[in-house]
Amino acid sequence: MQANLFEQQAANRKRTAVLVLVFLLFFAWVGFGGDLVLGLWTAESAGYRHAFPWFGIVTVSAAVGLTIYSWKRGAKEVLWSTGAWELIEPASENERMLVNVVEEMAIASGQRVPTIWIVPDPDPNAFATGTDPERAHVAVTEGLLALLPRNELQAVIAHEMAHVRNYDVKLMTLLAALAGVLALIADGTWRMIRYGRVRGSVGRGGAASRGGKKGAGPLIVILLIVWVVCVVLAPLVSRILAFAVSRKREFLADATAAQFTRDPMSLANALRRIEDAAEPTKAIKRGSAHLCIADPLGRRLNHRQGFVADLMASHPPMGVRVARLKAMAFKYEQTGVLADVD
Amino acid sequence: MFMTWVFVILIAAALLWALSAYNKLISLKGQTLNAWKQIDVQLKRRHDLIPNLVEAVKGAMEFERDTLEAVIQARNQAVKIQADALPTGGVKALAGAEAALSSALSRLNVVVERYPDLKATKNVTQLQEELTTTENRVSFARQLYNDTATTYNIRQQQVPWNLVAGFAKAELVELWEITDDTEREVPKVDLSMKSK
Repeated sequence: MQANLFEQQAANRKRTAVLVLVFLLFFAWVGFGGDLVLGLWTAESAGYRHAFPWFGIVTVSAAVGLTIYSWKRGAKEVLWSTGAWELIEPASENERMLVNVVEEMAIASGQRVPTIWIVPDPDPNAFATGTDPERAHVAVTEGLLALLPRNELQAVIAHEMAHVRNYDVKLMTLLAALAGVLALIADGTWRMIRYGRVRGSVGRGGAASRGGKKGAGPLIVILLIVWVVCVVLAPLVSRILAFAVSRKREFLADATAAQFTRDPMSLANALRRIEDAAEPTKAIKRGSAHLCIADPLGRRLNHRQGFVADLMASHPPMGVRVARLKAMAFKYEQTGVLADVD
Repeated sequence: MFMTWVFVILIAAALLWALSAYNKLISLKGQTLNAWKQIDVQLKRRHDLIPNLVEAVKGAMEFERDTLEAVIQARNQAVKIQADALPTGGVKALAGAEAALSSALSRLNVVVERYPDLKATKNVTQLQEELTTTENRVSFARQLYNDTATTYNIRQQQVPWNLVAGFAKAELVELWEITDDTEREVPKVDLSMKSK
């Protein structure tokens, strides 16, 4: 079991590395691809020749800088956008219980106690965020605190701590940061293309097309089209990617949570209870939906299975999650072995 | 010449492996000791809590002297044993003492249930949440220790890791096994008074 957890962490580290690489390559393609198109375009012209890849260098360094910045700021940003407040000194019995439960789960998972936040929202939900396990944050809504009995609250916190422990939180924060920068770049390029086209047609007229060789013409056009399509579609693809990663991680976090509490049934019950309180969590915005234990947007998509649901839902269908947990609980009772069932 | 090089490379590879295996065992040992320390902390918390609990319920429970007496006895016994228990020895004795304390505590809880006035006191409510969390902490610390210790034990006995085990001064550690049958039946204490 322990080994399994470490394997999961290693797999997530690898995933993180691949993700960073893919995004870096993409940023490079957006930048240097632009250089290439412009270079070919102006290769034969008498005036300005685009020889030095300024776009590439500027885009990549700006993208890396922005990503690092928003990765560092990410956790705080998410918490801030939900209006959460930090629970330092528990005032009520429920808050005392929450602090106790989080500390218990920190022991069970062998990690440092995360910072605890309370989101002022009557809908039951919870999420974890942070850049690494040493600086993790766990947030629950007031609705969750009021709704769940102790053992189910424990199961939910265990699920969040599992996300922290499996390095999901780190991966998701990074993914969110990268996707944000990508959206920014796509938006910027889109504006530049439109602005550039207007300027180009008025100013230089057909100079560029006259300058290009006949053979190079179609190549440039194809390159340009591919480049524009890439830039425009990137944000959508990155969102689909984020959801795909998130859905995979939910199952694993459920299983890991059961290993922490040795009580899969409580998590199944908690999920049911959260599901039944069907109100969308208003305090949690679209951008951080994939961090939550249940989809805060209350979308019907998450209840279905199928292609579109597979592509665009941030969480696996609740029914499937509950069924898997119940199967785990049954097997645990029968054999005393806690294993994930497929 | 060729054979010499093959030989040198093989030896270098073996040395590198031995180094990493050594480091891995040391880190597992560290994790095990760390998990044990966690148990220690949580047990101490439990032992410190009991006098408070007894103090809070004493007044209202004059007739239940025996039950209270049993809890205090079991607690003192556990404190004494805890002082010199280590992963490599004494885990079993400590597990036994703590199990005895657990069953004394659960008897006390049954008694407390019979006094609605007592249960309604804010102080007692708080203490019961304290007790619940402490019991959970002990059992989760135990769980973590057992998992870590099992990995450590298995690893140091496996071939070829056992060749390095001596250098890393790896010793088998005792698991915290539940000896008491009643303890095995009721692993969870839920005293929270929330409606289900």
